[in-house]
Amino acid sequence: MRRFFVFTFKGVHMNSKTEKLVIIGNGMAPGRMLEHLLEQAPDRYRIVIFNAEPRVNYDRIMLSPVLSGEKTYEQIVIHGDGWYIDHGITLYKGHRVTSIDRNERTVTSDHGVVESYDKLVIATGSMPFILPVPGSDLPGVLTYRDLDDVNAMLLAAQSRERAVVIGGGLLGLEAAAGLAERGMEVTVLHVMPTLMERQLDPAAGYLLQKAVEERGIRVICKANTKAIVGQGKVEGVALEDGTLVPASLVVMAVGIRPNATLAKEIGLAVNRGIVVDVGMRTSDGNIFALGECAEVDGTVYGLVAPLYEMARVAAARLAGDAKPQFVHSDTPTKLKVTGIDLYSLGDFAESEDREEIVLRDAAAGIYKRLVLQDNRIVGTVLYGDTADGPWFNDLKKKRIDVSAMRDTLIFGQGYQGGAPLDPLATVAALPDDAEICGCNGVCKGKISSTITSMGLTSLEEVRAHTKASNSCGTCTGLVEQLMTLALGDSYHAQTVPPVCSCTELGHDEVRRLIKAKNLKSIPAVMQELQWKTSCGCAKCRPALNYYLVCDWPDEYADDYQSRFINERVHANIQKDGTYSVVPRMWGGMTSSKELRAIADVVDKFSIPAVKVTGGQRIDMLGIRKEDLPAVWADLGEAGFVSGQAYAKGLRTVKTCVGTDWCRFGTQDSTGLGIRIEKFMWGSWTPAKLKMAVSGCPRNCAEATCKDIGVICVDSGFEIHFAGAAGLDIKGTEVLGLVKTEDEALEHIVALTQMYREQGRYLERIYKWARRIGLEEIRRQIMTDADKRKAFFERFVFSQKFAQVDPWSERVSGKDKHEFQPMAIVHKEAAE
Amino acid sequence: MNAHAILMEAVWVMIGTIGDIPRQGSRRVQNGSMRIAVFRTLDDRIFAIEDRCPHKNGPLSEGIVHDGCVTCPLHNWVISLETGEAQGADQGRTPTFPVRLENQNIYLSLTPTTPAR
Ligand code: SRM
Ligand SMILES: Cc1cc2nc3c(=O)[nH]c(=O)nc-3n(C[C@H](O)[C@H](O)[C@H](O)COP(=O)(O)OP(=O)(O)OC[C@H]3O[C@@H](n4cnc5c(N)ncnc54)[C@H](O)[C@@H]3O)c2cc1C
Ligand code: SF4
Ligand code: FES
Repeated sequence: MRRFFVFTFKGVHMNSKTEKLVIIGNGMAPGRMLEHLLEQAPDRYRIVIFNAEPRVNYDRIMLSPVLSGEKTYEQIVIHGDGWYIDHGITLYKGHRVTSIDRNERTVTSDHGVVESYDKLVIATGSMPFILPVPGSDLPGVLTYRDLDDVNAMLLAAQSRERAVVIGGGLLGLEAAAGLAERGMEVTVLHVMPTLMERQLDPAAGYLLQKAVEERGIRVICKANTKAIVGQGKVEGVALEDGTLVPASLVVMAVGIRPNATLAKEIGLAVNRGIVVDVGMRTSDGNIFALGECAEVDGTVYGLVAPLYEMARVAAARLAGDAKPQFVHSDTPTKLKVTGIDLYSLGDFAESEDREEIVLRDAAAGIYKRLVLQDNRIVGTVLYGDTADGPWFNDLKKKRIDVSAMRDTLIFGQGYQGGAPLDPLATVAALPDDAEICGCNGVCKGKISSTITSMGLTSLEEVRAHTKASNSCGTCTGLVEQLMTLALGDSYHAQTVPPVCSCTELGHDEVRRLIKAKNLKSIPAVMQELQWKTSCGCAKCRPALNYYLVCDWPDEYADDYQSRFINERVHANIQKDGTYSVVPRMWGGMTSSKELRAIADVVDKFSIPAVKVTGGQRIDMLGIRKEDLPAVWADLGEAGFVSGQAYAKGLRTVKTCVGTDWCRFGTQDSTGLGIRIEKFMWGSWTPAKLKMAVSGCPRNCAEATCKDIGVICVDSGFEIHFAGAAGLDIKGTEVLGLVKTEDEALEHIVALTQMYREQGRYLERIYKWARRIGLEEIRRQIMTDADKRKAFFERFVFSQKFAQVDPWSERVSGKDKHEFQPMAIVHKEAAE
Repeated sequence: MNAHAILMEAVWVMIGTIGDIPRQGSRRVQNGSMRIAVFRTLDDRIFAIEDRCPHKNGPLSEGIVHDGCVTCPLHNWVISLETGEAQGADQGRTPTFPVRLENQNIYLSLTPTTPAR
């Protein structure tokens, strides 16, 4: 038999590649440089890369999400192995270059590989700085720079013991958050008085510290590390003031140093970093340097945006274009810890010729500071609400005189010229050259025009073609808003995370398909939507169960095995396995008869604790599971029904005393609250739903931080929604004003039904509203009367099946097995 | 060997029938001061493990059952019903007990197959 071998080289013409390019280091800067170079001069160089790390090019700045578990390593790879093969690039993984011979023009790796070069690029990045204290070399002391560090931290985190992170800067805080997420008890030691002092002023640093501490992370500022102690391995950190902080893991994140050793050894000009000109050329014309190891104009950089700029310049020079020059620009710093919004840009030191504008909203956790010089922004610190970062950045970059808008400047772009804009309109109003993606320096116009000219429809495509939101990802929301602006309703964000690892589909898609395909049971959903596991998991099953309950109230048989224990047994499980019981007290009103019944139950069952809840009713805590049905039977006799204090459903409707008693009351707030609660109790919602009705704007029922609230006024009822006062604190938005109680009820019920039908499981109303847009909700509920009535009707229909007291059902025997042991074995019996 | 020890080692206790446990559900067996959770999976396999999460003693019988595992109701550790091992990054093990299903009847042995860890 004869075989023919045919070799094809995809886009690679071996012979035409006359020059050889060798790169030392395979980090983010040279990775980006190669992309540009392969675009501009694909055939010019034969390329060889040495990388001390034994792997391909990956997105180093996404290591924190890998540490916290939000992403996997595979998801942050930038160039997979195939990419190097496709481009005919040789990559020596795990090879550290140990010497360079400038005369012979060769480099040698620690494994003895020698390669000659025509052009050499040094991109060795930085090295983490290690505090020169005793014990810093003990096993268990790590730095935070590459995937190996992350893997070592993950291994250590399995112990769920104590960790100390030395350094309260960006890296240290991200490491601390990740380790805490992984179950470790974390303490951050920071030498300065406030966190991230290089990017934040003390006020913002203080807010940040509070937010970090709220995650259960301890922070000690002004902490001077004296030694790391331990026998054979780390056991703790000793501070100068005598404190000992125990730890089985210590992460040092105290700064980085440009890695310029090699360059120094061969006599290149080296300052802090390897000195290069604006064309990225070192003092040897055949050798370029870029990335964190390079120093341009006296500055070394530590964020990717300027490094990508270097990459652009170096690629052009290597391709033979001598024009591009590196230009300095300030890069905003953002912290990639989910739930902490922070933005800092430029210079905010105080001085004689500078003024500042500060906005503080302690309740909302917002702090904004602008530093002006000659009526121009020179520095910005935003904490809590960073939406206007790009706009301030734009004003700063263009050196725009802000004196005309000085009074409203701090409120952001939305407030310039009258009414506040919604988020989409804010983005629409940005000029075309406003920077959207700080990491990659991509401006709005570039993104919008690429979307239209190339017909892009998915976020992935936009990332691939513009690089916007392709690095740290914090601008993803902005990019998606630009897509919505360009594509209108046809764009649906593609990045929606899947419901759980059992499926690729997101919540909205699942909800849509349940309706479209008439799916009416959990097995049907899993079958039709190709679930990857046989019977789901504890994340998707409760979600599916809710969607089916909501969509098919009359047909779907609630699957109690897919509900969390609290909803299954209609009481709140406590840490010791006992339960708490909270009966409804309509609108917070009670009577001597009710109180007496509660007192009797407490005595009869020796209930250890009775507490007035934050929801205007009474909680009995520490009840044994076996006793629950009997407790409910007694409560039921006094007329109580379940308060659903455990439910993703209607919880409480708090009220104030209103016109019944209060001299300021404008309407019967107590009556309306009771009416709402009696109308809506028993309904299931995507997440818990709490309401309140206050009789006047003094707002004693705290209606303006509830999911839905009513403020009674002389002219009627002001309906509020989308507030929160739990993990997030957020004042409500106004839905609108209605004249009568009947109208108030209709609007509230319709709003709830809209949320029930569209919300993602566990998404509180304020998050849902942020996603859908306030205007859209107002339009459907306030303006479109037909829509409102239809929502209302559907709610009323579903209540027919939902408004059954679960306690009395169980008193009469439902789910008896839940409350009785299956068998009792007495070992003693055989003795 | 006293009678107690014999019981501990050899005896299979009939604790009820498969119909007593809902699919993807669990019932508890009180064994002196210890509680054993007996699970029934979607495909009618029966498992018995101590009703105590290796994390902070959460009652596993109250968790959601899926794919041969149960998710603890207190902090969502996932425990294998077969081995009692915590899954994923979590570490710990709950003792498991042998069970036998004959016709509809469930027999439980009180000698753990795996000790706690
Ligand atoms: C009993 C009560 C505390 C008290 O003694 O006052 C309470 C107790 C619990 N709350 Fe709460 N919350 C109670 C009022 C509140 C309030 C105040 C209010 O409703 O006006 C809030 C802030 C308002 C809000 O929700 O926006 C509140 C925000 C939370 C949160 C944060 C929710 C969020 O989305 O941010 C949780 C955690 C969760 O739901 O995931 C939570 C969770 C819990 C749980 C269910 C924790 C748990 O999973 O075991 C607690 C159950 C204890 C039990 O067994 O009874 N509780 N909880 C209050 C019961 C009110 C009631 O009568 O039903
Ligand atoms: C956890 C973390 C989070 C970050 N977050 C952000 C962020 O949110 N935003 C942002 O802009 N920046 C962030 N950064 C900084 C950013 O990652 C760096 O600025 C960027 O990766 C530097 O790129 P580089 O190519 O210069 O060097 P690197 O990416 O560090 O690559 C250098 C490579 O060279 C290799 N090397 C070194 N010496 C040799 C040798 N002698 N021979 C062969 N190979 C060698 C190293 O092994 C390394 O792989 C973060 C950094 C970390 C560690
Ligand atoms: S604030 Fe709420 S969730 Fe937290 S401990 Fe108190 S009752 Fe429990
Ligand atoms: S007790 Fe089971 S997960 Fe915490």
